[in-house]
Amino acid sequence: MKKLLFIIPLVIITISACAQQTESSVKVEEPQAVNYTTELVVPDISIAWGLAFLPDGSMLITEKSGDLIHFKNGTKTIISGAPDVYVRGQGGFLDVKLHPDYENNGWIYFTYASSEGEGTGGNTALMRAKLSGNTLTNQEVLYKAGPNTTRGQHFGSRIAFDNDGYLYFSAGERGDRDTNPQDITRDNGKIYRLYDDGRIPEDNPFYNTPNAKKAIYSYGHRNPQGLVKHPVTGEIWEHEHGPQGGDEINIIKKGKNYGWPVISYGINYDGTSFTDITEKEGMEQPLFYWVPSIAPSGLAIVSSDKYPDWKGNVLAGSLKFAYLERLVLENNKVVKREKLFEGIGRLRNVVQAPDGYIYIAAEGKGIYKIIPN
Amino acid sequence: MKIIASFCLLFLSGLFVSAFGQDKALEESIKRGSEIYQDFCITCHMVNGEGVAGSFPPLAKSDFLMKNREKSIRAIKYGMQGEIIVNGNTYNRIMANLGLLESEVADVMNYITNSWGNTNDKIVTEAEVLEIKK
Repeated sequence: MKKLLFIIPLVIITISACAQQTESSVKVEEPQAVNYTTELVVPDISIAWGLAFLPDGSMLITEKSGDLIHFKNGTKTIISGAPDVYVRGQGGFLDVKLHPDYENNGWIYFTYASSEGEGTGGNTALMRAKLSGNTLTNQEVLYKAGPNTTRGQHFGSRIAFDNDGYLYFSAGERGDRDTNPQDITRDNGKIYRLYDDGRIPEDNPFYNTPNAKKAIYSYGHRNPQGLVKHPVTGEIWEHEHGPQGGDEINIIKKGKNYGWPVISYGINYDGTSFTDITEKEGMEQPLFYWVPSIAPSGLAIVSSDKYPDWKGNVLAGSLKFAYLERLVLENNKVVKREKLFEGIGRLRNVVQAPDGYIYIAAEGKGIYKIIPN
Repeated sequence: MKIIASFCLLFLSGLFVSAFGQDKALEESIKRGSEIYQDFCITCHMVNGEGVAGSFPPLAKSDFLMKNREKSIRAIKYGMQGEIIVNGNTYNRIMANLGLLESEVADVMNYITNSWGNTNDKIVTEAEVLEIKK
């Protein structure tokens, strides 16, 4: 009994020291029946970060360690002239995206960690270039976030185009949550909007704000590794990593503050909290939040006719639990979640290709195509 | 006799200083390693080195880590892929190349081999990390 009396206060202290978290409103389930299966189409790629499809159906793949791979007719070719990539921690070669009018102008866009510019270390950069044979040409660095830092975290990054031809890309807060994400005079923890040639649109929300980084479109982000145009509404949808708990799905709106780290559904890795609040006026609520975290990377919204069971669903790769998450939405509310292909590997990317098929990239394995049974 | 005694004293104090120096170097390396851990490792291996069951192997009381010094250094230096068995459980995931400096690899090794119940008296040095090839 004496022992018990001694233990009780200890238990109370332990519980109160750990911040309480509200779990996701909808729990993830095992799938009932999956009418689709996966086929490994590009084997032996360590981390296939980005994936784009050329008009001939061949693939451009960015490998985190720095290679740009052209996969055509079963053969991988390394493309020369790819950007100089700063490989450290979560940084490396990141996303690749074709211009919506690629067939006429040939522009290909890349994000990557780069050590160019002020300070030691690296930060996220955006480049465009053209592919000529097995070489990139006409390379232009359109944006380089700064200053550099040797921190290993949170580079982002994904690229998306909207229906008006604007380019959006994300840069994470580079492991400096108390300095970067809430300050619009600094890079990092931001979604940027540019014209396709890198010029800054005059109607960007902070274009006329003194000292602001004029390319910023939204802020208060942690580490967005999913960014895609909604195939029906044309809106830009995003997901981002929270800390421990608090990964989010957001619809990106002009000039909005998504709250990191002032509001969050997450807590520190050691179980302590850094904020007591999950909402605040002037800060956007996520469309959905994950507690516990799945560590989302890669985002697709299914519009193709190849997957009638999944039409309109959101797909997100889970790095942490190594599955593909399918989220069913009704009126922009998540009503069902399912884990697909569990155990396939840390899922880095999800893309719906122009031919309507969905491709997923699993770390240490390669790229899989999802095919109907 | 006096001479012998003072020699002994000199020898003993020399031993003491070098042992103390090594302790201090280790202590400082562990401190730097803890910062590297927070930055690069904690998202997968978690705050107390417990890992994530089925996904990321534990470092705390890990037989793999404590019995495979060279392999562990190589994994941190270059990344790691393929099946490993840690405390009787099989893991088969990829750990990316972290891009750490040799000195940072040494520091984080000293941290993880001296935390959460692990102990390692033999300090990992930058020179030792430099020697380990892919």
